[in-house]
Amino acid sequence: MSRRQKENLYRIIAATVLFVGVVLLPFDGIWKMLLFLVPYFIVGYDVLYGAIRNITNGHVFEEKFLMSLATVGAFIIGEYPEAVFVMLFFQIGELFQNIAVGRSRKSISDLMDIAPEIANVLCDGEFCEVSPEEIKVGDTLLIKPGEKIPVDAYVVKGQSYIDTSAMTGESIPKFVSSYDNVISGCINTTNPIEVVALKEYADSTVMKVLELVEHSAMNKGRYESFITRFARFYTPVVVLLALVVAFVPPIFLGNLTQWVLRALSFLVVSCPCALVISVPLSFFGGIGAASRRGVLVKGSNYLEILAQAKVVVTDKTGTLTTGKLLVTDFENKEATRIASSIERFSNHPVARAVSFATNALYDVQNVCEIPGKGMSATCEGKEVVVGSRSLLEENGIEVTGKGNVFIGIDGSYAGGITVTDFVKENARDTVKALHAMGIEKVVMLTGDSEKGAKAVFKETAIDEMYHSLLPVDKVKKLEEIIGKCTGKVVYIGDGINDAPVLKRADCGIAMGAAGSGAAIEASDIVFMNDDIALLPESIRIARKTLNIVKENIVFSIAVKVLVLILTALGYADMWQAVFADVGVMVIAVLNTLRTLKL
Amino acid sequence: MKKVYKLDEVDCAVCAQNMENSIKKIKGVENAVVSYVTQKLLIECDEADLEKITDEAQKAIKKVDPRCRIVR
Repeated sequence: MSRRQKENLYRIIAATVLFVGVVLLPFDGIWKMLLFLVPYFIVGYDVLYGAIRNITNGHVFEEKFLMSLATVGAFIIGEYPEAVFVMLFFQIGELFQNIAVGRSRKSISDLMDIAPEIANVLCDGEFCEVSPEEIKVGDTLLIKPGEKIPVDAYVVKGQSYIDTSAMTGESIPKFVSSYDNVISGCINTTNPIEVVALKEYADSTVMKVLELVEHSAMNKGRYESFITRFARFYTPVVVLLALVVAFVPPIFLGNLTQWVLRALSFLVVSCPCALVISVPLSFFGGIGAASRRGVLVKGSNYLEILAQAKVVVTDKTGTLTTGKLLVTDFENKEATRIASSIERFSNHPVARAVSFATNALYDVQNVCEIPGKGMSATCEGKEVVVGSRSLLEENGIEVTGKGNVFIGIDGSYAGGITVTDFVKENARDTVKALHAMGIEKVVMLTGDSEKGAKAVFKETAIDEMYHSLLPVDKVKKLEEIIGKCTGKVVYIGDGINDAPVLKRADCGIAMGAAGSGAAIEASDIVFMNDDIALLPESIRIARKTLNIVKENIVFSIAVKVLVLILTALGYADMWQAVFADVGVMVIAVLNTLRTLKL
Repeated sequence: MKKVYKLDEVDCAVCAQNMENSIKKIKGVENAVVSYVTQKLLIECDEADLEKITDEAQKAIKKVDPRCRIVR
């Protein structure tokens, strides 16, 4: 509990004790009133003060004013215990709400505790502590076990397991050694490692993620705007009704005191707190539940859209397929070894695949990368070229084998390697799950050739596919789909070269975004790892969150309207009114806490 | 530009709404959001005016809740 919350708790306890005491004391008339004023002021002075201040600032219709008016009115017509009780109960409700919100805020911010505090940077042969902002690209950093990696970097010395769960939602620690990239925000667990900074702190993944989370509560959805607008007219309307109840019926029926009392109960119910607090809190909880799984949502509006998704459009490479190419076949083991030894010096996905084909055994010199084609180098005194068919042909070597990467040694053909991209293991189940949850169509857009696209199409059992598309065509195709669809269209891709498509979709999801700041910026929802099963899971969370929001809206409004009617008819008094007001709020807040467990 | 500040502390959702409405009226503010749930204030404005606008925003917040301040 914060200092302010404790202070309020003590005031509530003191006022409760005094209140009970005064009820039991046998005083009457003016003395009774004066005695009731003591607990009243103890528990409610700040509400009264706040109300006066707000009126002078032009904010008339808000809860403090309404509570003050209701309780002061009750005092005037002689209903002292009611007045104190209403104020007391109102404050108990406020305290509860404050603690509940604080708790859920804390549980979510703990989740996002990824900001590194310090970094050990090598300067003049020694490591010295600096703040992450001071790191420059190319700096060598020491990351001790238990420390967070401050910037995106690659390992140069040591090997260790790193805990990437905060960034990717992946619970199994990742083994890293020399030349492996590490993402900022991950925690080094077993051994000290030395890394070289690839980015500054401001451009690193951790900063992008933090910014995204910071801003997420700031993008209000349709429901939140509705509540804001509702609150703006609900309170004045109820106050107006209260005036009518207080003064119109007595003209015909008499008994002014009774009607004024009913009107005061109206004021007690007129606070829209239950709605104003529970709707954003539910979304916050839903966004928190998603981020616990490595799904970052940029605002509650995107959670709404996701819940209404009808069509899912997906990219192929890296989304339905692993995008991690693997060597599935080779012709000549010795030649492949030489190729692996050379290809480890390139970052190209194909080269990386080849470099993992065998254990690299040879030293190589004069490594040269020929962009888009392959590599050449000297290995064991031989001149080697590794790459596409055209590269070998340029070097006067005739390709006689099969594969998609070829090796030429000392001017003659030495063997082919087959590199394949695989459909993700869970892609088919994911598509099934999407259909099961009512997604009408799953459509694949790919730049790949018909042959590659068809294989994936068959294996994943998606509904439609369009192949050989240039990025511009993808946007056009997506627009076509959006035009035909009655619901919302979600696009999911790896974010690397589909930024325009991500932006055009009702909701763009970039997956495997840990490490790609550009993807984080272009998308509305970010999957930190590349597990496609997160999509149905996110839709489920979004729908559940929306359900809780709707429950709260319907429940709060229904109870309030009911109590207003009962009060007007004389079936509910002020005690019940305050129970209804605070009770609804408490129940709505408790209901929102369910989102934390989604 | 967008700037997010922490607030210490907004203690009711309606207050947050009132603060937001007042801050939106400050000259030069393109958009403003006060979130009770996250205890944060977002101001969208021209970078050059940020200091001045933040001061103004603090004043507007003080009017709604004198105990609430922007953490800079």
